Order: sequence, then structure tokens, then C-alpha cells
Amino acid sequence: MDHQAPPFFKHGPSPLARFVFFASISLVLMLLDARLNALDSLRQIISVAVAPLQRLAMTPAELLDRTGNFFVTQERLQNENAMLSQRQLVQAAQLQRMQAMQAENEHLRKILSVQQRRGESVVAAEIIYTGRDPFSQKITVDKGSTHKVQAGQPALDDIGVIGQVTQVYPFSSEITLLTDKDQAIPVEIVRNGARAIAFGHGQDGALELPFMAANADIQNGDTLVTSGIDGVYPAGLPVGVVSKIERNATFAKITCTPSAGVNRHKQVLILIGEVRRFRKPELNPAGAGTTGGKTPASRKRRP
Amino acid sequence: MHYPGAPELLRPASLKFILLTLVSGLLLNLLPWYGLTLSFRPDFVALVLLFWAIHEPRKLGFAAAWIAGLMMDIGDGVILGQHAFAYTLGVYVAIMLHRRIQRFTLWQQASHVLLLLFLLQTTMLIIRLFGGGVFPGPGYFLSCLTGAMLWPALSLLFLLPQRGRPDSDSVYSAGNKGL
Repeated sequence: MDHQAPPFFKHGPSPLARFVFFASISLVLMLLDARLNALDSLRQIISVAVAPLQRLAMTPAELLDRTGNFFVTQERLQNENAMLSQRQLVQAAQLQRMQAMQAENEHLRKILSVQQRRGESVVAAEIIYTGRDPFSQKITVDKGSTHKVQAGQPALDDIGVIGQVTQVYPFSSEITLLTDKDQAIPVEIVRNGARAIAFGHGQDGALELPFMAANADIQNGDTLVTSGIDGVYPAGLPVGVVSKIERNATFAKITCTPSAGVNRHKQVLILIGEVRRFRKPELNPAGAGTTGGKTPASRKRRP
Repeated sequence: MHYPGAPELLRPASLKFILLTLVSGLLLNLLPWYGLTLSFRPDFVALVLLFWAIHEPRKLGFAAAWIAGLMMDIGDGVILGQHAFAYTLGVYVAIMLHRRIQRFTLWQQASHVLLLLFLLQTTMLIIRLFGGGVFPGPGYFLSCLTGAMLWPALSLLFLLPQRGRPDSDSVYSAGNKGL
């Protein structure tokens, strides 16, 4: 305001002063949040206020969903039931084989005195929101710290890895998808066991394999699985399929399509086994050193 | 006769009503929008804040805009302060312009609001670009258009309780007939 108000019309600080005050707090908050990740407790507090609103906002969609479920035909249910029981039979057989192999594996690992793999327990979570923020690839699910979800835990669907939990609130958590620009996952090519790191590509839902030599042994259609050397993702989970290779520079430009899709299902699984940190290996001093970060991107281990 | 820009005598809006509209704005923003509907989703909270900044600039504080912004930051899962900064900026510009905007017809007001919403989106875009984000394409600005289109309907709705039915012996009743 360019004029001075007479004292009997005083209304506190001018709009400009108020704007500068609030804008500077916001700027400080943004800097603290983006650079130092120092605002976790503040986030928790605000999330407690937002959670009831989120619940309330979810009710219409849930009601619609429920009424939709009510009018499902008998025939469709029977078909689905038959299909599921058939699938269950197939999977039960596979499970038995897997249990036998797991026991054998554990035994062998004991003989080799290699570190035991953690026991994995899962929590099934339902997707509340997909892609609210146009700048990042995140989903919000309905399980949070009250369900033992922790930041850093991997999230899967029935086909493969979809991402990693990056922010936990009491009743919900955010999962950053593999396709996010800042997300990375160590992978292994099933065909020849070559290791690489897959980075998210941003918006077009693809993954990239940088730092692979132009003559690297990789082909279109190669399947990538997690290599498990990061201690975050268990080994052997499908990640993607190589879809495009350009070999005209020092490094090949390799693009992959992720196997799992969040658009297909409402449910995801979060592996709530403890997030394993590496300790200094005692057995082989040539191994990798200690690490601090939670994301696989923060460490580069060379085999 | 009512003519565009006629100073209309309204009752003051009650704080309860302002709060109610703000909470409904938050609820509408938090609905499970996704995909295409998400890019068309107008920012209801911004609309509500701009409305009250223009019509009751003394009642809607910057603090309300800032807190609503923080809640949207958590709801959308973005860096803390992004919406808060943009909303306070929008409210500031709206308060600066409120006398001017009030004089226009609803559709002319909507064009002002379009620019204000565009300013908000651009502010958030700049914040994200500084944070290392990538421009998500021109569809990012679609919500400004839908927001501005909603403005006339929203104005009529929000002014309803202030218009009310005047007392028969109120001094305002005679002037209100033509509306």
C-alpha cells in the first residue's frame, strides 16, 4: 500500500508485509524439505490433520465401488472362482517346489557361511491415489507406520517390482515408482547374469540402463530381474524387459518397459522385512564398504 | 435496474461459512482424481481462497491460505511449502486487485481469475524446475482453464448466503428487487 492509514483505521501489518512473512517461511520450509529432509515430524503432524479429510474424500469412490460389486453377475463370479481355484492349484505345486528349494538354499548358504537372507513378510496395501503430482511418479497406499511399513521397503505387485516406499505417515504411505526420475534399481539380465542399474525415465513410464558399453551383451527382449545386491530389493523379482537398444555412442542407450503396472491393479504388496543395512564384511575384506543411504542409487557397488 | 459492476449490498460472510467452503475445497481436491481427470481437475482450494481474497479481503488471512497450502502439499505428496508459497502469492495479488476485480461481471472476473490461476501454476512449476523436475507438458495448465470456467458458478453459489432475504423494513430491500 502506498498510503499511510490513519491510526484509527489500523488493521495490523500491510498485505505486503504479511505476504513477505508467509512467503519467506514457505521458502525456508521448501529448502529444509528438499535439501535436508529435516521436516519429517512436521509432515507427520500435518498428515494427521489431512488424513480424516482424505478418508472422507475416498468414501464416494468406495461407495460406488461397493455398489458396483453388489451387482456383479453370478456367472462372472463362478467363472472367476473356477479360474482362481485352478490358478491356486498350479501355484500350490510351485510353492511346494519352492519350499524345498528354499530349504536346500538355506542349507547351502549355511555351509558357505553366507549371510542369511531375511525372512520376508508382506503387507497388502490398496492404492488410494495414483500420480497426484505431475512432476514425480508416486502412488499413495492405505497402509502406514501403524502397519509396520517403513521408508525404504520395496513394493511389488503380482508381476514384479513397482517401486519403493519413500514417505510413511501413520495411516498411509507414498511409494515412488521405478519410473520416477530419481529412482534407481540394481538389476541383472536373466540370460547371462550381467549386472546393471536401471534408472527411471520420468513421465513416459520407461526405464533406462545407462553406463552399459556399446558392445555389451544385451538384446531386445532380455528380461531384467533384481540382483539383490543393494539390500533393499530381494533378488530375482522381475523388473522389466529390454525394448530398445541404440548402439551408436560409447555407451549404449537402452530402454526397458517395466513388467509390473500400477494401472492394472488396486492392490500392491509391501515387503515389510527389515530394511537391511550392510555391515562391514568380516569374511572377505575385498568386498564393498559400508553404506548409509536407503536408495540403491546412493551406492555404486562393483562386483 | 441491475447493471454490470453495480455496487451490490451484501451481508458480511460469516467465518463459519468461509471455513466450510475452504474445507469443501480441500475435500474436492483430495478426491481420488487420476489420469485425464486429474489434469482437468481445477484447484478448488485456490479458487476458494481467491474468491474470499477478492470478496472478503479482511476476513481471509494469509495464514489460512498458508495452512491450506501445507495441507495440499501433504495431500499431493510434494515438497512442503510448494502450494503454501503459491497460495500466499495468489492471495496477495488477489487482495491487491480486489476492488478492481469486484467491479467486473462474472465472466470478466473469470478472465482475471484465469490469469491468477496461471500465475499460481507457473509459480509451482518454477519451484519444481528449481528442484530438478521436468516440465510435464502443456496439459499442466489445463486446470487453470477449468478453474476459470467454474468461477461464475462458484461466485453465485458462495454469494447466496450473503444475499439472503432482506427484512421487509430493511433499508437495503428496495434496492435489491431488480436482482
